[in-house]
Amino acid sequence: MEDGVVLTMRGISMTFPGVKALDNVDFTLRKGEIHALMGENGAGKSTLIKCLTGINDFEAGEIHVDGVEGPVKNHSTSDAQKVGVSTVYQEVNLCPNLSVAENLYIGREPLTPMHTIDRRAMNRKAKELTERLKINVDVTQNLENYSLAIQQMIAIARAVDMECKVLILDEPTSSLDDSEVEKLFGMMRDLKAQGVGIIFVTHFLEQVYAVCDRITVLRNGQLVGEYPIAELPRVKLVAAMMGKDFDDLAEIKPEGFEAHADAPVVIDAKGLSHKGTIKPFDLVLHKGEVIGLTGLLGSGRSELARTIYGADKAQTGTLKVKGEEVKISHPIGAIHLGMGLLPDDRKAEGIIGDLSVRENIILALQARQGMFKQMSRAKQEELADKYIDILQIKTASKETPVSQLSGGNQQKVILARWLATDPDFLILDEPTRGIDVGTKTEIQKLIIQLAGEGKSIMFISSEIEEMLRTCNRMAVLRDGAKVGELDGDLTQERVMAAIAGGADNG
Amino acid sequence: MDKLKKLTKMKLFLPVFCMFLVLCVNMIYDASTGKPFYSFFQVGITNGLLSGRLVNILNRGSEVAILAIGMTLVVSASAGTDISVGSVMALCAAVCCRLLAGAAAPKATELAVPLIVGVLAAIGMGCICGAFNGGLVAYLGIQPMVATLILWTAARAIGLLVCDNLIVYVRNDTFGMIGGFVGFFPTPIIIAAVCILVVSIVLKKSAMGMYVQSVGINKSASRIAGLNSKRMIFICYLLCGVCAAIAGVVAASRITSADSNNIGLNLELDAILAVAIGGNSLGGGKFNLAGSIIGAYTIQAITTTMYNMGVSSAVAPVFKAVVVIIIVAIQAPPVKAFFRKRSAKRASLKSGKEAAAA
Repeated sequence: MEDGVVLTMRGISMTFPGVKALDNVDFTLRKGEIHALMGENGAGKSTLIKCLTGINDFEAGEIHVDGVEGPVKNHSTSDAQKVGVSTVYQEVNLCPNLSVAENLYIGREPLTPMHTIDRRAMNRKAKELTERLKINVDVTQNLENYSLAIQQMIAIARAVDMECKVLILDEPTSSLDDSEVEKLFGMMRDLKAQGVGIIFVTHFLEQVYAVCDRITVLRNGQLVGEYPIAELPRVKLVAAMMGKDFDDLAEIKPEGFEAHADAPVVIDAKGLSHKGTIKPFDLVLHKGEVIGLTGLLGSGRSELARTIYGADKAQTGTLKVKGEEVKISHPIGAIHLGMGLLPDDRKAEGIIGDLSVRENIILALQARQGMFKQMSRAKQEELADKYIDILQIKTASKETPVSQLSGGNQQKVILARWLATDPDFLILDEPTRGIDVGTKTEIQKLIIQLAGEGKSIMFISSEIEEMLRTCNRMAVLRDGAKVGELDGDLTQERVMAAIAGGADNG
Repeated sequence: MDKLKKLTKMKLFLPVFCMFLVLCVNMIYDASTGKPFYSFFQVGITNGLLSGRLVNILNRGSEVAILAIGMTLVVSASAGTDISVGSVMALCAAVCCRLLAGAAAPKATELAVPLIVGVLAAIGMGCICGAFNGGLVAYLGIQPMVATLILWTAARAIGLLVCDNLIVYVRNDTFGMIGGFVGFFPTPIIIAAVCILVVSIVLKKSAMGMYVQSVGINKSASRIAGLNSKRMIFICYLLCGVCAAIAGVVAASRITSADSNNIGLNLELDAILAVAIGGNSLGGGKFNLAGSIIGAYTIQAITTTMYNMGVSSAVAPVFKAVVVIIIVAIQAPPVKAFFRKRSAKRASLKSGKEAAAA
């Protein structure tokens, strides 16, 4: 093995039923390097990483790790950790019902001489580790008490704490806000200085250019190329990923896409609240309007939407839908009123993993029709085909279990589920998280198009830029309360100031 | 070759294959003892009643088959098992017999109330038990094993209480018919078939199957998508209770009495086993009702085969265990993966040779 190289993967191939996921892919990682692995959804990034960490069993090719004799073939993540390969995945893979310290040391707990778990030592070490990484948590609390962002950081802390030569970060920033991302980058740069090779998978182009040294691009399971960061400007990177030139910054808001103050009111909430998550708020939404909810993570964005939808039952206040006062105690009630909710946690609340793409798409429509009015098989297939086509869902067939699809395509399936119900009011909570640039733009265009058709959209995103491009109006949230609304000329500065609590949040 | 591959990939292949194996063992044994190899399948009329080993298996396996229906739904929706079904059978049988015997208990020959009243009362009792289990699991979030453990211990005792701690006999031909014969045909087979048919039609004609599986795979996502996850789990337990009641009445009628200590004893384990042999994951989610039913009859076939071979009933469970281990192991993912890999290797070797020859 060459000097300075910690990992080489050569000629990796892997097939899923009906899809060639990886075709003869090479990858090289050097010591003290942050290496971005880029590609669209389904390009094979996650699959390549799973081959490395032993989750997928690749069919051909060889992997060499520095300091390990002969080719490495991992059969489990613990095998991978033994050769110094640690991973933090896109979705948090920790145990919510264990404490933070237990999560950090699960499988490698410090033992007492009696071979029982030395909890005192474990908590002490966990405390040291979290303090060193500036994560502000009580390590004896259960993980489920903390936000998704903190959970993600704990997952990273766990990987960092293990003696690792290769650290894989698969979409680690998709649930972090800007200050947390910066903290993580600090962590990554420290590790880089210590000689750890970091593989960084992300869809945020800015982040790639902020920390990475080198980029490897995959497309449709094939290697496009490996480039030093200086030789691949942003536009060329997007072109390499998509196989065509693409302007991801194009203005997509059409002329005359303005607020609809005189359009009929669809949603009129007064004093709605859910104890512990969102304080009483008022909100009015007109037909054909796109409203953005902005604020830091945990500011109550999702919770506001969930309270309207009935996913969390409102405890105070009144809600009028199209002028009529309603009480929603279950999501099905909201669906009957023409609502839909695409939740932010795709894995836990979005997909029904083992059901097919077809069943996932028709589920909400079937639920609205009722259990004993089953849609005919032909009708189901027609719907599935229609939305696979419209949203360009990449799947081997409509009968493929949805869990076999890549993250972005799963998101499209859930989107299709709601579009199939033809909703009047659609809540999209982080619909573009963990999704590639091309699909992001598609979803943004879709939002504009739906609003044009007279649907009202509530759009929640951590990326202010994409909200600016799609929303007519924004509601600002802070610490579990709605603190203001912005309309008129929306700019990044105004939104940032409003989130931070500046003057401009009338 | 391709056809064979298609066949082995079918969901029902393994349960059917296991059943087939059991039948083969029977045929080989028969042949070795000098009887015609097909004697297993011989169906005849003895004393005006349908008889034969196959008929016997279908008849005796009815209760487990009925239980397996409810158990499959419960396993799928809640990723847990209802271990109270055996006891609930005993309780429902007790309620039914006590009503039918009326004042003449514990030894009645005339029905005190119409048969249908007794049967409906038993089914009502099954509903109550199922609702109790379902309420605990769905609405209070108690783990299925713990929730159903309550009735597993209590139901049998309540059954004894209902019967004043006695075995209540109902030696009546009309009641005996449920577990006996209609004309020459065994009634339990008909009852099981009707239950299976009704549930299959409901699953096929409504979206219930998808609802149950969806809830079993991801409860919170199903709720967001508009399903009432809790109610769905509740309904599954309720149906499981009804199945137990039907099985209980059949079992009581077979022995024309309500023997709370013995009716349905350990049958919950057979029902769970039937679901597992049918290729269903006990972790919930996707289910295959036909697999469970085949599993139920396979269990009965194993038992009957063992008696046929003269294995004493005391040691029979040992052999049953061995057979079950083999059946379950064949379906285990690592074993499946092993066979898949081996056949893939063989195929690639073959194509390599062909390439070399060309």
